[in-house]
Amino acid sequence: MISLTINGQTQQFDIDPDMPLLWLLRDVAKLTGTKYGCGKGLCGACTVHLDGQPIRACLTPVSAIGKGKITTIEGLSENADHPVQQAWLKHNVPQCGYCQSGQIMSAAALLSHNKTPTDAQIDNAMSGNICRCGTYVRIRQAIHSAADLAKEIK
Amino acid sequence: MDKPVENLSRRRFIQGFGAVGSALVLGVQLPSQALAEVMQSNTFDPSVFISIAEDGLVSIISHRSEMGQGIRSTLPRLIADEMEADWHRVKVVQATADEKYGSQNTDGSRSVRKNYRRLRQAGATARWMLRQAAAQMWGVEPQECEVYNHQVSHKKSGKKADFAQLVQTAKTLALPDDKQLILKTDEQLRYVGKDDLPLVDAKAFVSGKAVYGYDVELPQMKYAVIARPPVVFGKVKSFDAEQTLKVPGVIKVVQLDSPTPPAYFKPLGGIAVIAENTWAAIKGREKLKIDWEHGANQAYSTKSHEQAFRDSLAKPPIQIRNRGSWDEAVKTADKQIEAEYYIQGLSHSMMEPPAAAAQFKNGHMQVWGCTQTPQSSKQVISQLLGLKPENVTVNVTYLGGGFGRKSKPDYMAEAANIAKQSGLPVKMVWTREDEIRHGYYHSPSLQRTFATIDKDGNTTGWRHCMVMHPIMTTFNPKAKSPTFENDLGLADVLYDIPNILIENGETQTFQRIGWLRSVANISNVFAAGSFVDEIAHATGQDPKDHLLKIIGKDSHIDFAKEGYKYGNYGEKAEDFPVDTKRLKNVIELAAKKAGWGRKLPKGHGLGIAAHRSFLSYVATVVEVSSNNGKVKIERIDSAVDCGKILNPDRVRAQMEGAAVMAASFSLRGEISVKDGQVEQGNFDDYPLARITDIPPTHIHMVDSNEAPSGIGEPGVPPFAPALCNAIFAATGKRYRRLPLEQFGIV
Repeated sequence: MISLTINGQTQQFDIDPDMPLLWLLRDVAKLTGTKYGCGKGLCGACTVHLDGQPIRACLTPVSAIGKGKITTIEGLSENADHPVQQAWLKHNVPQCGYCQSGQIMSAAALLSHNKTPTDAQIDNAMSGNICRCGTYVRIRQAIHSAADLAKEIK
Repeated sequence: MDKPVENLSRRRFIQGFGAVGSALVLGVQLPSQALAEVMQSNTFDPSVFISIAEDGLVSIISHRSEMGQGIRSTLPRLIADEMEADWHRVKVVQATADEKYGSQNTDGSRSVRKNYRRLRQAGATARWMLRQAAAQMWGVEPQECEVYNHQVSHKKSGKKADFAQLVQTAKTLALPDDKQLILKTDEQLRYVGKDDLPLVDAKAFVSGKAVYGYDVELPQMKYAVIARPPVVFGKVKSFDAEQTLKVPGVIKVVQLDSPTPPAYFKPLGGIAVIAENTWAAIKGREKLKIDWEHGANQAYSTKSHEQAFRDSLAKPPIQIRNRGSWDEAVKTADKQIEAEYYIQGLSHSMMEPPAAAAQFKNGHMQVWGCTQTPQSSKQVISQLLGLKPENVTVNVTYLGGGFGRKSKPDYMAEAANIAKQSGLPVKMVWTREDEIRHGYYHSPSLQRTFATIDKDGNTTGWRHCMVMHPIMTTFNPKAKSPTFENDLGLADVLYDIPNILIENGETQTFQRIGWLRSVANISNVFAAGSFVDEIAHATGQDPKDHLLKIIGKDSHIDFAKEGYKYGNYGEKAEDFPVDTKRLKNVIELAAKKAGWGRKLPKGHGLGIAAHRSFLSYVATVVEVSSNNGKVKIERIDSAVDCGKILNPDRVRAQMEGAAVMAASFSLRGEISVKDGQVEQGNFDDYPLARITDIPPTHIHMVDSNEAPSGIGEPGVPPFAPALCNAIFAATGKRYRRLPLEQFGIV
């Protein structure tokens, strides 16, 4: 049995310890907001937080998580009102929406340690997340907005 | 738009009381003969569906698939506007596959233009009936009543009624005849063309709640992946699943038959591994020992086939268009220039790979998946499994991107086949490697261009020769040369040049070839849009001024006069003329907004290209910088005239996204084949554009009252030539092959 804390809840899972976190989240815990895109850590669609740091769930075996706390898109906020989500709505960032869970988790992690990122810092932090629809320009704008929003909230 | 609808006599509006009990249900249905006519003429789709519940909630069907273009926030809004519904009291319901909606095929950038009028008519019908119901209730003249924002009011008496209060009366009324139905004027439209309504699905997208094909959950569901033949039309000779079945979680394996040509949308066959979760299925697949019989297509390698392309263009056997005399132009030319372009093979690589879930119960197949084409999904499933169409239900999820790949429902049929053979409810997913190695590829293309120039620097002749693997081979294996691909930026060149010759080469095809966002426009316009810039430089002219000059006077081009039968994206020339004025207008607009002619920083260059595709007009200006042999895109300006704009924010978004997709294949990423097998497998060897590749992008929309035309695709074609023209301006080096990565400059 493996014990994991996901979105504040600790649960026991009877699974292969080599299973990547992505498939545990999606197929076992039924949290399908975290997406499969490549299975090799190349696209960022599966980005979740481990103790607040962004990780690629597709490359992280569940055995490697230990007592760390996992946050997925479902646990980022109660009503889609995290500043990053609000900014995403304000700028109508999503097109198909599929990669956006990962984009939002990467952006939220960036803003948690850098309150006012520059364009270059945004590009650097977000360069691991692919969006095939091409929402990059709005992602950049929305992260600036989210930074402003986060300041207002405080 | 304020005149009565004239063509309504072709239809019969009917009321139904079936599924939604006491709701007012409005459908549009055609008598079967008219339906047959319409289906044949392909100009009109027959049906739409609105229902108003007792509480006044308006349910509007989205019969087209949502894949990022925002169709669920566009077409239902059109109906809501016309019927004066309060958008906050509208629910958008995704349609299952059903002929009653007309074509549900969501591709070809045509959802808006094919539905614009009929959906407005459906909305106007609802509005008319609600007003009639109020007037009857109050005993007043309907003309004295006003319908606004979910309410009918009578000014004289001060009476007001919510739609909810009118449902019972409205559903007993006769339907309006065509003379009674009046569409709103442009000034009366409240949602159409406005930017201030939230996207229907945005909140689901940012909270991870939207259910894509990959996310479908069924009770007791199992998970499957398939090992497919590495070469198209290859087969399983023999296989050993002993080790697979030892993987914890693996339940069983199922052999799937390989198809025979034509490829159509038939699944590729192979061995399916069914497991308790996706991870176990993937691990089980890795342990399969399969002896493949690759078949004839293993003869193909992209690299060596390029020479076959070149040989076929040495003397192209097929003439597509012939204006004036190319031979005369050559004889009288002061000089001739020529160039050869090569555009690589591409895969769609939408972020969500193909995925579908299926359940076979009591003789009925129920399938859920991310399809652009629910109706052909149904057809392919029925045919493959020998089921009657009425015993197949196809449910449409959100699509994590489509770009044309999800118009080919092979994967929908795979899921159904596994569910039927195994007797289990199952979700079948493609890994990224599956997606990149088993696609319906955008064909590589070799193109040769020639121009003759007179002593005054005027272009007197234009010759463009093209060879590619034709899309038709997917349906007819004997096809050797392009058909409709010629109408996508090759033969429809609209330059005012007296002598034009357009030719095709022939080739054999060894892969499944499909359409990818803007289709052959990608390759044809890369060549044509680059070469016109080459002519400008060869004759010492400013590329933008030259482009305007070579397009010539304002006119509607009639290709038929030259004996060239132009498809015009399935539309009549009188409805959607080839209008040189609109093309020149977007060129002027993009150039002005990009600051064409301004003093640029050292090492920078501007490039421009323009094209009409999917009946819309786009011009793109790209600014690049060159530093130590590396090129960077600094700024993008695109101007678009897509006729009347229904949803400005989504038009802008489609144009932004089109630039990114075009930047992606311009910079890097090539699908190549060796011995019949695709050599790439993931984003390490088939890289896509990232945020670091994309500069500030400015979209400029023409305020137009022309009929609405395409927006999903037209933004793609001009980008690559504009980029390479900009690189030439910055560096003096001309790049005629994509992707640019092969030259070490990106």
